[in-house]
Amino acid sequence: MIANVGAQLGLAYAFVEREIALSKRYWAWEIVWLVYGIVTSLSVAYIGLAAPTITGGSADTAAVSRLVLYLLVGTITWRFLGLIFEQMAETIAWERWEGTIEYTFMAPVPRVTHLLGMCGATLVRALGFSVAILAAVALFVPVDLSHANALAAAVLLVVGAVAFVGLAIASAVFPLLWTEKGLQMAYIVQAVVLLVSGVYYPTTILPDWMQILSFISPATYVIRGMRDALLDGADLAAVWPNLWPALLVGAISIPLGLRVFLWAERHAKRTGRLKRSG
Amino acid sequence: MAIQVREVKRAELKTRGPAAALAASDVRKAFRPAKVVRGSGTAVRAVDGVSLSVWRGEIYGLLGANGSGKSTLIRLFSTLLTPDAGEVRVFGLDIDRDELAVKRLINRVSVEASFFKKLSAMENLVYAGRLYGVAPDESRPKIVSILRRLGIEDARMKEPLETLSRGMQQKVAIARAFLSTPMLLLLDEPTTGLDVRSKREVQTFVRDLRDEHDATIVLTTHDLDEAARLADRIGILHQGRLVAEGTAEELAARHGGGTLEDVFMTLTGRRLDDADATDAERPT
Repeated sequence: MIANVGAQLGLAYAFVEREIALSKRYWAWEIVWLVYGIVTSLSVAYIGLAAPTITGGSADTAAVSRLVLYLLVGTITWRFLGLIFEQMAETIAWERWEGTIEYTFMAPVPRVTHLLGMCGATLVRALGFSVAILAAVALFVPVDLSHANALAAAVLLVVGAVAFVGLAIASAVFPLLWTEKGLQMAYIVQAVVLLVSGVYYPTTILPDWMQILSFISPATYVIRGMRDALLDGADLAAVWPNLWPALLVGAISIPLGLRVFLWAERHAKRTGRLKRSG
Repeated sequence: MAIQVREVKRAELKTRGPAAALAASDVRKAFRPAKVVRGSGTAVRAVDGVSLSVWRGEIYGLLGANGSGKSTLIRLFSTLLTPDAGEVRVFGLDIDRDELAVKRLINRVSVEASFFKKLSAMENLVYAGRLYGVAPDESRPKIVSILRRLGIEDARMKEPLETLSRGMQQKVAIARAFLSTPMLLLLDEPTTGLDVRSKREVQTFVRDLRDEHDATIVLTTHDLDEAARLADRIGILHQGRLVAEGTAEELAARHGGGTLEDVFMTLTGRRLDDADATDAERPT
């Protein structure tokens, strides 16, 4: 049993190692995405700093500082979750583009192990990017984390990552089923999640029908909880109302996402879509 | 662990009787055209009731024009497609029910080399080795040895694959398949597009692989010389059907003598080159 777990982890690590090697070879693109992430987050922070000027209101320093942190927590948490979603959703599309999809699916690796490895690689990359973006933004914009509860924030991030993995695995199915337009579909799902999850604003301002979507988006709870932890110092007990829904979404979405993926793989094998050229 | 499992499986297989390395029984596969109005359009039968057996240690050549169903058949044997009907067994294991066990016994080289283009040959092969349970400590020296034997210099092993010639990439693809020491190796037109020298090197390696490592090989080709040179038995596929099977000599004797080209023409009504040109639009 333990030996088998070890063997599966070894197989999963193959994907982590591969992704690290690819990141090194595509280092110029990694820098592009990093700069893009920093610039986007910084731009959002500057919107916060400029709020008094834009609205013509009073320049209450504490309120502005809170707004900046509110926006930064949203944008950097979303960057973290978004990277997980993108990379997992691109699992199939990327291999199809490289032409390696047939070899990966022919290998004697259980699909769960394959996806576990991809999740590991994705988490490493998303965490690295998010920390680098936060550090870079802090050089330009004063970030007051004196009230933050780091433990609660860390737990929320982990739970959020898990919850997003299930959603991302399910979205990776699109490129498996629709070889030409599947990835575009996955990006649309990501865009809708961004809209309804309260990344830059409270979800209460959304129209009612959008609030229904925000209710099922794990990002809603993670971002809301992160704000409670980092702006107001909420501890684990205080963020629990946001923690358990994210846990619940993860507990449902991961097995569901895996099941959908396995079904899609069988369908792709029946219809001949498991090939490099679509 | 995976290696141990594979070795146990090999040992089990060696003690069994003369079961076919590969046994296909009345295998069928059809594809629907991609863009048709629902309910319209006719499915194209890519493989139409093929039955064949490949014996352990044999090199079996599948000869056919473009669109004859060769690649579809190889993809079915590789677990990348599921048959609409019929059964495929690899060393007695059903490719559908025992998929993971079958995957441990097979590997495939396709007409496209199919690598992570920015990664080096070494990086690609270490990764491939890991997927088959071969740890880097074990795979690295083996990779160097195989690639040297295939004529790839040490310095080129660390260059991105995209900088290597098509012939070199195909040799790396063969090295990848060899690395997992498959009991059944599926070669789908491995020498297509290679220059004469590279073609000969690959062919020599394929024969050595069988002779030295007890591998069973299924080779698809539309190169008659290659089929005659490498294959112990040849099956001729035409429009998804296996229309003849035997050694080159048997085929010639059965179908009016002459060359393999004559046999192909007798069975299909066309020369192989002409058939390639006119059948190119059929799915493979």
